[in-house]
Amino acid sequence: MSGCPGDAPAAGSGDAAGVRSVIEVRNLRKAYAGTVAVDDVSFTVGEGEIFGILGPNGAGKTTTVECVEGLRKPDRGEISVLGLDPLRDHAELTQLLGAQLQESQLPAKLRVAEALDLYSSFYRAPADWRALLEALGLADKAGTPFGKLSGGQKQRLSVALALAGAPRIAVLDELTTGLDPQARRDTWELIEGVRDRGVTVVLVSHLMEEVERLCDRVALLDKGRVVALDTPAALAERVEVAQRIQFRPSGPLDDALLAGLPEVTSIIRRDDVVVVTGTGNVLNAVISVLARNQIVAKQLRVDQANLEDAFLELTGDHAAGRPADLAAAEEE
Amino acid sequence: MSVATQAPAVRRSALARLTITEFRLLLREPLLVFWGFAFPLLLLIVLGLIPAFKQTHAGYRGLTVLDSYVPILIVLMLAMLSYFALPTVLASYREQGILRRLRTTPAGAFRVLAAQLLVNFLSAAVMVALILVVARLAFAVPFPLAPGVWVVIALLTAAGTLTVGLFVAAVAPTGRAASAIGSIMFYPLMFFSGLYLPIPSMPPVLQHICHATPLGAAWESFQDAALGHWPPALALATMVAYPVAFGLAAARLFRWE
Repeated sequence: MSGCPGDAPAAGSGDAAGVRSVIEVRNLRKAYAGTVAVDDVSFTVGEGEIFGILGPNGAGKTTTVECVEGLRKPDRGEISVLGLDPLRDHAELTQLLGAQLQESQLPAKLRVAEALDLYSSFYRAPADWRALLEALGLADKAGTPFGKLSGGQKQRLSVALALAGAPRIAVLDELTTGLDPQARRDTWELIEGVRDRGVTVVLVSHLMEEVERLCDRVALLDKGRVVALDTPAALAERVEVAQRIQFRPSGPLDDALLAGLPEVTSIIRRDDVVVVTGTGNVLNAVISVLARNQIVAKQLRVDQANLEDAFLELTGDHAAGRPADLAAAEEE
Repeated sequence: MSVATQAPAVRRSALARLTITEFRLLLREPLLVFWGFAFPLLLLIVLGLIPAFKQTHAGYRGLTVLDSYVPILIVLMLAMLSYFALPTVLASYREQGILRRLRTTPAGAFRVLAAQLLVNFLSAAVMVALILVVARLAFAVPFPLAPGVWVVIALLTAAGTLTVGLFVAAVAPTGRAASAIGSIMFYPLMFFSGLYLPIPSMPPVLQHICHATPLGAAWESFQDAALGHWPPALALATMVAYPVAFGLAAARLFRWE
């Protein structure tokens, strides 16, 4: 399922079939002192999309984008960014690709406006940094030293710096790590705003929610390999995870009624709550049986497979990562 | 603030912009400003007011004690900037990912290193001029009799201290480590320059050691230039050897991340 994703249309963006690719990575491999960080990674990123690179810690996400940025030399494989070789054409690439690096700081006493003014001066055709300051909600922080900014403000500034050169591609690595939920949501809106300006975004993340919300397509990395590449919704659909239905019956319910259904795999009672797991159209089957017996399912809850399930399934981590109660249910 | 109002009529080069920024940042470090800029001048004024420093001394070949202290103050200022300011800033830039971040921009990480060297070199040049002028005007310390030689010695001394600073920046894993290594080097090297006890008053064995250290050799050479002649070949060789050796080592060992 890694293969040649360039052929797979980016279903998430709808019109992606005819979009030209701005990043092409083929059979990338990189090892450090004998440890293989990235092995045979291939993907393409289409112009104007938000492309996610998702994976657990140590999956090789950062190494992959560092090769794309030209910060590291691949052991094998080919990378083309806007037709450029990230190492050979590094000077030209830096004009077109803006990067936000993981855990990258600025001098503590450098002020926000000074940082933006300085970074814009590096580029041939820089963005208007005062407008960026405004757009990122940092206008009132122009004179504040970097060291005195909050975590969210620092991240916003680093996004602004990544955009200072008016790049065509922005690579954002672990942008929202360490931010509180509100700051995280604000940052997401910001990234959508960046894409709306026509900038292609590569987003490195280990947060399911973030990728599900933002990305048109996702490459799921595990142990240095691409284990899946698709839209977040398609990835979630791919997983045949048992559905779990949980409800409080309005009247007495004989378990045998449900146990006889072919879709049901197990029934557990926890006090007066019934937990049914099953596959296929188990929800319809259960509700029909309840309706026939004039029983109402109160406080009905259905857990469906989402990107997180797909993530756990595809990274082979599900034994450790599944919710504990589900694992317990399987034992009974 | 001033940055916001500067209309870039002529777009200055990235190096110029980085150098200006690094200079601003240097001025925002009160400890460095005091020890690197204010302290050497204060010391000059204090020493200049002590009558004993106006005496000549056999070991100083006819120069007064104060005359001989002027090069020590210059060496002190260079050591402050080179052993503390430069490596601490560069090592912490690497530690904080600032060098790596710059590598993703058209400016590159090399330019910030060059900017740091420029800032420290230019600050030192201004300080040297200030020290010489104050010493001349306030305390009648004559200008060097061989100004050309003196400038060569000053450049070699600066090259020697700055390359040692780069070497420290190359081997120190963090900014904190760099400033620790800087201070471990600073005190013995300053001792051998004669800051605490003039070299001519030291026992012969110590004097030989002094001549082999970069700052001791610098002091001797400044004395020669002040008196109007070139230092002996051995002193010159010492002053060339240090920057070459540490410069090469720093270039080999320096890591951007």
